Amino acid sequence: MEYFLQLVLAGLTKGSIYALIALGYTMVYGVFKLINFAHGEIYMIGAFTALIVGGALQITTDLAPSMIFLISLVAAIFFSAAHGATMERIAYRPLRQAPRLTALISAIGMSLILQNYVRLAQTSDFLPFHSMIPDIPWLTPGVSPITTTQLTIVVTTVVVMISLTLFIKFTKMGKAMRAAAQDRIMAQLVGIDMNRVATYTFVIGSVTAAIGGVLIANHMGQINFYIGFLAGIKAFVAAVLGGIGSIPGAVLGSFVLGMAESFGAGYISSAYEDAFAFIILIIVLIFKPSGLLGRNEVEKV
Amino acid sequence: MLKLDSVHTYYGNIKALKGISLKVNKGEIICLIGANGAGKSTTLMTISGIKTPHSGTIEFDGIDITDMAPHRIVAMGMSQVPEGRRMFSSLTVVENLDMGAYLRSDKKERKDDIEYVFSLFPILSKRKNQTGGTLSGGEQQMLAISRALMARPRILLLDEPSLGLAPLIVQQIFEIITRINKEQGTTIFLVEQNANMALKIADRGYVIQNGRIVKADSAGALLEDEEVRAAYLGV
Ligand SMILES: Nc1ncnc2c1ncn2[C@@H]1O[C@H](COP(=O)(O)OP(=O)(O)O)[C@@H](O)[C@H]1O
Ligand SMILES: [Mg+2]
Repeated sequence: MEYFLQLVLAGLTKGSIYALIALGYTMVYGVFKLINFAHGEIYMIGAFTALIVGGALQITTDLAPSMIFLISLVAAIFFSAAHGATMERIAYRPLRQAPRLTALISAIGMSLILQNYVRLAQTSDFLPFHSMIPDIPWLTPGVSPITTTQLTIVVTTVVVMISLTLFIKFTKMGKAMRAAAQDRIMAQLVGIDMNRVATYTFVIGSVTAAIGGVLIANHMGQINFYIGFLAGIKAFVAAVLGGIGSIPGAVLGSFVLGMAESFGAGYISSAYEDAFAFIILIIVLIFKPSGLLGRNEVEKV
Repeated sequence: MLKLDSVHTYYGNIKALKGISLKVNKGEIICLIGANGAGKSTTLMTISGIKTPHSGTIEFDGIDITDMAPHRIVAMGMSQVPEGRRMFSSLTVVENLDMGAYLRSDKKERKDDIEYVFSLFPILSKRKNQTGGTLSGGEQQMLAISRALMARPRILLLDEPSLGLAPLIVQQIFEIITRINKEQGTTIFLVEQNANMALKIADRGYVIQNGRIVKADSAGALLEDEEVRAAYLGV
């Protein structure tokens, strides 16, 4: 029973991180029908920013660990958001009228550029990441089934999801995003500025990915320039699983994936942990090609 | 009010518009008639800024809008009812109208305008909480026109509003278009394949063929024109 509970918690944690990343894929796809392959890199950049800022603060100041955590999180959010917005400007905006394949190639190029730029600026080795999340006293390691980082990850994810839902539902920009996702040309004809929608979409996706990056780095204890690749693919799988373009779908897909990986690794074999994502994806797509919550949309001409 | 000067628009290397020049004066109803594929929709999309022309200029109220972003053109007072209505099908009638007023922040006047469009199309007020996708074709066209009116345009571009609708509904829609022009002083630029009705309410008309304007005259003269009658009026 204890083992089962541990697997559930591990699955929830993984699912939360996937959800934070998958949101960016699904939102960009929903509005622009573009798969932003460089999105995993934004998450990686978030983790690196927190490592650098957090490390510097740990050495040069005697701030409380929770303060350092918050400051490095905010720094990561800003830095990743700036990268996301810039990426949209230089790699995708000029190609908005171009065939989709062109934009996809641009996305792959962007991904390689960002990976290698971090590799050159930092190193290709794994860097130790000292957790900056202070332990909550009543969650004694070894006694309580959930660790402080796990709890932080799950709670943060829930808060992010709720805020995003409210934003999409009630703000003017949220309405503009929904309209643009339904019909991009009509959205422009009622006066919606697609460039602003693009900037907001990429910034929001980057913010949630950066939060995911910082949290997972604290949880795993090490990072390198390549962590965005696998996490990015998994989150993308989660988004497709849930129905790409759908926000609730991305969240559901992420938790299904997290649980499947956790239970697969726990009861079958941890050697194949990464394969479970794709097995689940294939099974779901055979029975429901549009994903769990995806709509069977007819391609608009 | 609106002036196109030898506008060329391409889709890749397909030349859809090959030098369109035309003029719409304030308060007029102007119609553009032409067969399927002649370039009517492309003309409207180019005016609205969705397509950027390859060459030529477009002026609105004396301001060059050739390279202006679509949302700025809407803000200047031009709205389009595109071909195929393009409902936000998961939004309700009222939400669709609200989207039409996206650039406005005057809450109270927006309410009045919703009442106004409901007075034009009473059936819409009965459907106000239904989603756009559940409406009939005629109701969708009424909603599309109403949504465009919610921006309080000074000029309204309409792309084949009669397409696929029963004659009685078409009649009703054309009456409303005339009423908007008379009551609100809204200038109308109407694109139609079915030219008979359009020419009856219009002041002047242009005929487009293969991306070029081949005729321009008063609506009355076009209705009498042998070629026009043979090609577009089916007589
Ligand atoms: N998205 C598009 N891509 C390529 N060609 C297009 C596209 N839209 C229209 N065309 C071409 O441009 C020409 C004009 O089309 P359009 O403006 O839609 O005509 P109309 O509205 O008069 O029926 C046609 O030859 C059509 O095939
Ligand atoms: Mg057309």
